Amino acid sequence: MVVTDALARLGRAGLTALAGVGRAHTLLAAIIVGLPALLPRPRLLIAQIFNIGVLSVLIIAVSGLFVGMVLGLQGYYVLNQFGAEESLGVMVAASLVRELGPVVTALLVAGRAGSALTAEIGLMKATEQLSALEMMAVDPVRRVLTPRFFGGCIAMPLLAAMFSMLGVLGGWFVGVGLLGVDDGAFWSQMQSKLDFREDVINGVIKSLVFGVVVSWIALFQGYDATPTAAGVSQATTRSVVHAALAVLGLDFILTALMFGE
Amino acid sequence: MGTTRTTEILVGAFMAAGFLALFFLAMRVSNLSAAGDGDGYALIARFDNIGSLKVRAPVSMAGVRLGRVESIAFDEAAYQAVVTLRIDAAYDQLPTDTFANIYTAGLLGEQYVSLDPGGSPDYLGDGDQIEHTQSALVLERMIGQFLFNQAQEDSE
Repeated sequence: MVVTDALARLGRAGLTALAGVGRAHTLLAAIIVGLPALLPRPRLLIAQIFNIGVLSVLIIAVSGLFVGMVLGLQGYYVLNQFGAEESLGVMVAASLVRELGPVVTALLVAGRAGSALTAEIGLMKATEQLSALEMMAVDPVRRVLTPRFFGGCIAMPLLAAMFSMLGVLGGWFVGVGLLGVDDGAFWSQMQSKLDFREDVINGVIKSLVFGVVVSWIALFQGYDATPTAAGVSQATTRSVVHAALAVLGLDFILTALMFGE
Repeated sequence: MGTTRTTEILVGAFMAAGFLALFFLAMRVSNLSAAGDGDGYALIARFDNIGSLKVRAPVSMAGVRLGRVESIAFDEAAYQAVVTLRIDAAYDQLPTDTFANIYTAGLLGEQYVSLDPGGSPDYLGDGDQIEHTQSALVLERMIGQFLFNQAQEDSE
């Protein structure tokens, strides 16, 4: 029966997807439950903030600077046509603080650090290091996954803030330094149009959410990977793709909730 | 031990740089440095029509920004808009007969509240109401008035 076969395939796919969602949430719960055990050992957390945060600073800094410079250049040519080049600061800062800072940082971290996390956990699973930990009565979720998760959650907002700051400075460099926008107007228009709570804090909340989602997806894909070389490579790909899709989708929802009236 | 210490120092520098960036965004990019929330004192002004005045619109006198619009409410008993103005604490010598107008910055710009000083020797304090207000100019109403006057002149 072709029809029942097709239905069975659809059902199986649905059930598999649902089981994956369930495993992901169970893992997240186990990771968060491990937080009290992490607090007395901040060394583990510091090492992960180093891996995820410090090692990503270079790419975040360079991307932020260049995104800001391009925004300054493009924004100037459009605004110049309306004689509104003084608004360049508002345009650059608002787009960076509200959207580009959190989103591009999350995408870069997913590519730079998320993939590494997935590969690391997946390989630990493939080489049975996680089972070895369990044999020594060490919970691998608490010992290995929890520090990585919270390291990602802490590093992401800080990286996004650096991205936005360097982007604004890049836009300032191009706009004021190269194209001759008035320095005072650039900053004063920015300050009068951007609100601390509305814009900056909402951007930080966004990057915090992205930090949770990117670390969660990366760790789950690694922990759930088929323990073979092919499985780990597939999981790494999935980690980046899923993280990017989740970040972009969530960004739309968060923007609608935060800035839609 | 040496590598752990280096890691710790780098992580410390990373977190300091992150918080510094947040501080930069707060102070330099957004309006936190100018008139923080809750600073200054509140004045209440009632308008028959506020046009498209928005919360956070500037409040100015002689073109200088003194504060901003804190909240806009509707008084159902009087059918009026109740606008709360937050004025910076430095400007505490506004006469009690100050006049509040709603003007538009530029032809299509945003609307703001402009205060004109009166001559009273007493000053407005926190929570006081501005008695003299003038509504926003609504373009359609002005055009309607103009056409009405024109028609009257023609019929005479």
